[in-house]
Amino acid sequence: MIRRLLKDFQGDVIAIPGRLIALVFFLLIFILPAITRDPYILRILIFTNIFVIFAVSWDFLSGYTGQVNFGHALFFGVAAYTAGMLNHYFGIQPWATIPIGALAGVIIGVVTCFPALRLRGPYLSLVTLAFPLILLAIIKAFPDVTGGEHGISGLTRLSESRVTEYYISVIVMTISVLIMWKLTDAKSGLVRTGIILHAIREDEIAARATGINTINYKILAFAIGGFFAGIAGALFAHAMRIAGPSTLELTLSFNAVIWSVFGGIVSIYGPVFGVYFLYPLLEGLHVIAEIRFLIFAAIIIAVLLFMPEGIAVWIRDKIERECPRCKLANTAWRKECRACGASLY
Amino acid sequence: MVQALIMQALLTGGVYALLAVGFSLIFGVARMLNLAHTAFFMLTAYGMYYFTYRAGLGPVPAMIVSVLVTTFIGAASYKLFIDRIREHHVAVLLVTIALAMVFQEIMLLGFGAHFRESPPLMSGVWQIFGVKITYQQLLSIGIMLATLVIVWALLARTKMGIAIRATAQDPEIAGLMGIGVPTILLVTMTIATALAAVAGATIAPLWTTYPYMWMSPLVMVMVIVVLGGLGSIKGSIIGAFIIATVETLIVFLLPAGAFLKLAFSLLIMVIVLVIRPEGLFGVAFEEERL
Repeated sequence: MIRRLLKDFQGDVIAIPGRLIALVFFLLIFILPAITRDPYILRILIFTNIFVIFAVSWDFLSGYTGQVNFGHALFFGVAAYTAGMLNHYFGIQPWATIPIGALAGVIIGVVTCFPALRLRGPYLSLVTLAFPLILLAIIKAFPDVTGGEHGISGLTRLSESRVTEYYISVIVMTISVLIMWKLTDAKSGLVRTGIILHAIREDEIAARATGINTINYKILAFAIGGFFAGIAGALFAHAMRIAGPSTLELTLSFNAVIWSVFGGIVSIYGPVFGVYFLYPLLEGLHVIAEIRFLIFAAIIIAVLLFMPEGIAVWIRDKIERECPRCKLANTAWRKECRACGASLY
Repeated sequence: MVQALIMQALLTGGVYALLAVGFSLIFGVARMLNLAHTAFFMLTAYGMYYFTYRAGLGPVPAMIVSVLVTTFIGAASYKLFIDRIREHHVAVLLVTIALAMVFQEIMLLGFGAHFRESPPLMSGVWQIFGVKITYQQLLSIGIMLATLVIVWALLARTKMGIAIRATAQDPEIAGLMGIGVPTILLVTMTIATALAAVAGATIAPLWTTYPYMWMSPLVMVMVIVVLGGLGSIKGSIIGAFIIATVETLIVFLLPAGAFLKLAFSLLIMVIVLVIRPEGLFGVAFEEERL
């Protein structure tokens, strides 16, 4: 048993450089508090982890099914406000408000789905763009319940100590990313969603013709995307201790797109890379506050001009090569496939 | 009162129509959502301010110069940044929004986060039924309508217009017919930017100019373009005037109108799309109906 696990580990993790890097990365963020306990760095990384969940859920919904969602902040904001109101008005603790917030994300995801199902391409993008802005106007119109411009403040912290908060964010992030990665894995024998979502993106009509109920799978994608964005939103409300209008704004919706496309769309690890690169970068640029957005935008343009598929995908293509015969991933410097011996050139 | 409201709706509608036609044109021909579109509108408004107050030109030369400069910037940024990644639609989306951010930050550095105004091209008011309408408002509306007519004539009556419409219908076949598709795309981008620039230059004396002024028109333009049907010029113009009327009425009738005008416009768009998924004047393709 243990020997088999070790063998799987050797074949499926060590042999593929991309996965090895991912493993090293997760180990690093787990042992990070042993290196530094600086509260400022930990705070930035907590938000980075939360936004990783958010960006990956955007990639899951929009990248994998091709339903480009310009209003992903809707799920985030609804969950943040749900968690915030439950905590503020009813005194419910974070361990309960976060799952309820995620559930609110699912419900709102399924609800937005119904107008969205009839639309495709840019029409869908622009309708989804509309929803968070409509909700934002409603929130600003009823400041008594929602706190208006200032939001609901003074929420319970995730935990008293910063390090515990950090570990909560890391663990939730790791589990969420792994679940979404497994759900979108087209080669998985366990779950079929991955390959079906790929099929829907590539050719919806062909997918329907092969007997896939594309409507159900689109609703499922919206529900799962809403669920994880909801977790991120509720976590954010408790980490920030405010559920404010910023959780619904256009900037946040576009940020999800920026992070994911920068890292590489349709890849799950792309958004992880994108957030871990761009969010701390933008925070770090605080020292030159006046031109930080200029530099930020210039970096995005420069990277996308040379790697239009995203930086993480570009790196993967440099270090991995797919065997033309058995479709197994190999390191780029091998001359022949490690499983079937076919020449890689 | 009614005259003032009509005036307001016509002005806003004119700006939105010019912006939406350009946005729709570039989408229809190049199949890209150019989120930097309204940033060019912002740039021209700043150009008007700069060339009149800082460089000391008269309003009319300032208008011509700022429109030309912005059009050049638009064409250059297409050639430099967008053209080479045109195949990657999401990357284009991101690069255009990053470009808009760059323009906004440069204006912020150059002029600060102050509200600026430009001098009017004409002074004086026209009294009609006890309501004062400035000549500048009439002139702005006149310029905008004239520009719309010119663009329509360009697209419908010239060889260049036929080439643009052919490229919009099918770039591959257009290429086979001897149309230089990359050139046509550049020309379309130039025309679209010029439209945004004219909108910015004519409205600069009436609206305040500030670095974030591109954001709310961008959302509005997307609403209008979707409402009218993506790629349809007629739809964009009609949609622009519908949305402008709604906006003016909401701001006038409701107390919290300034907050709610966006929400109402968005709501109208959602309703129209739920009833008619291809917009008011869009073309529904059989295979796209699902």
